[in-house]
Amino acid sequence: MIKVDRVSKTFGLGTSGLIDVSFSVEKGEFIFLVGTTGSGKTTLLRLLIREALPTHGSIFIDDWDLVKLPHHKVPHLRKKIGVIFQDLKLLTDRTIFENIVLPLQVAGIKPPQSTKRAEELMEHVGISMHRDKFPIQLSGGELQRAAIARALVLSPDILLADEPTGNLDPKTSKDIVKLLLDINEKGTTVIMATHNADIVNHLSKRVIALEKGKLIRDEKKGKYAVS
Amino acid sequence: MQFLKTTWNHTRRSPYQAFAAVFIMMQTFFVVSLFTFVIFGSAKIINYFESLPQVTVFFKNEAKQEQIDGLKSQLEGTGKVAKIRFVSKQEALNIYRSQNKNDPLLLDLVTADILPSSLEISTVHIEDLNSVSDTLKNSDFVQEVIFPKDIISNLTSWTNAARKIGAALIVVLGLDSIFLMVIIIGIKISQRKEEIEIMRLLGATSWYVRWPFIFEGIFYSAGGAIVGWGVSCLILWYANPLLSSFLGNIPVLPVSPLFLLELLGAELLLAVILGMLSSYMAVLRYLK
Repeated sequence: MIKVDRVSKTFGLGTSGLIDVSFSVEKGEFIFLVGTTGSGKTTLLRLLIREALPTHGSIFIDDWDLVKLPHHKVPHLRKKIGVIFQDLKLLTDRTIFENIVLPLQVAGIKPPQSTKRAEELMEHVGISMHRDKFPIQLSGGELQRAAIARALVLSPDILLADEPTGNLDPKTSKDIVKLLLDINEKGTTVIMATHNADIVNHLSKRVIALEKGKLIRDEKKGKYAVS
Repeated sequence: MQFLKTTWNHTRRSPYQAFAAVFIMMQTFFVVSLFTFVIFGSAKIINYFESLPQVTVFFKNEAKQEQIDGLKSQLEGTGKVAKIRFVSKQEALNIYRSQNKNDPLLLDLVTADILPSSLEISTVHIEDLNSVSDTLKNSDFVQEVIFPKDIISNLTSWTNAARKIGAALIVVLGLDSIFLMVIIIGIKISQRKEEIEIMRLLGATSWYVRWPFIFEGIFYSAGGAIVGWGVSCLILWYANPLLSSFLGNIPVLPVSPLFLLELLGAELLLAVILGMLSSYMAVLRYLK
């Protein structure tokens, strides 16, 4: 489903974001992407949604070669991939419902279908009661749930989560991860970048570890750190 | 529909910029409306004078009917006159009365004695006007010879000047409006950079992002056109009594409501073109 082949990414001043990274992902997998701050996790996720292009190497998602993907097809790619951004990227001047329904509007889905789908997702992630509130009125965990609902509203094949439990208390973090596991069980491929060692160690899922832009570990039932 | 809703939200969330854009466009369309009134009005005035006889000669009170008839025959004998009509003092009074039937005071003051009798003359060829005029001026009993041709040529040169000034002013104001609209839409795009980035990350196409800004440009432009047209119509309505007394019999006023609606339609079309052009330029410039 995803094939990353010898991918390197160098930034403007010669800083390396990723160096010769290769791995592939099958449909329905749940993968933890681990590594210290600056190890290249977010860069890798940005490459997967064509927010940036690799300096070397190739990335395939299904039959799409992301390096050669024409500009006008990028929106189609992004509708296939749900993303929970590290900084959530919720629009502060729109209500939670308006934020969640946005990808449906972008995809040209009109009410009442879009309204019904957004409300279903809000129900699923447990924030129905906050429908008409603005992001500033919600807690960190509730905002995270709103971001998850928005990422899932188009039923994407792949869900990329960039540190979705960052700055959350342990209980809320577990609830969020449980939500992501539920989504994965329904067939969505999930790649979750995280610093949370407890969650990674507890779940024993596939772990891809990055360090200074290099892939240093890829284990089927991995741990956060090498024991 | 979604684009229109987004456009409305953009407008609502930055009302001062919206007001500035509409105000700028209003000035342009106000000038367009005023010059349209001037140009169409002056064309009607010219038509009116063109429909009058080419030469009118007024006789002194002491002129005898035989002298006038003699002059008439003399002119007809030249072969240069296409049409000639005698207007007696009584006929002049009747014309005066019909023109001032709503003002009894004016009717009471004027009698047939104080109005001159006249000849209305049209020549076969326009170049014969001068020789006919010379013949008339040489007569002792002629008081005044009026050439509407002079009035027409004066009016035509004034109208042409007004048309040129109007066109230049409209072009300058139009360019001003376009540049200011590009800046205003550009500011709005800059203000919504984060929102645009998020929409793109969520799979929005370029046109999905562009359309609300283009609609916004059209919306401001059309709003300005309607307000500018409305203000100029109000001024026209307010100035109507003054203009009517100034223009007298010249049939320019009242301006037909159909003409005003046609003007509004043409201005709205121009507004859509201006708004679309300026917002598209802003979108190309700021939404790379």
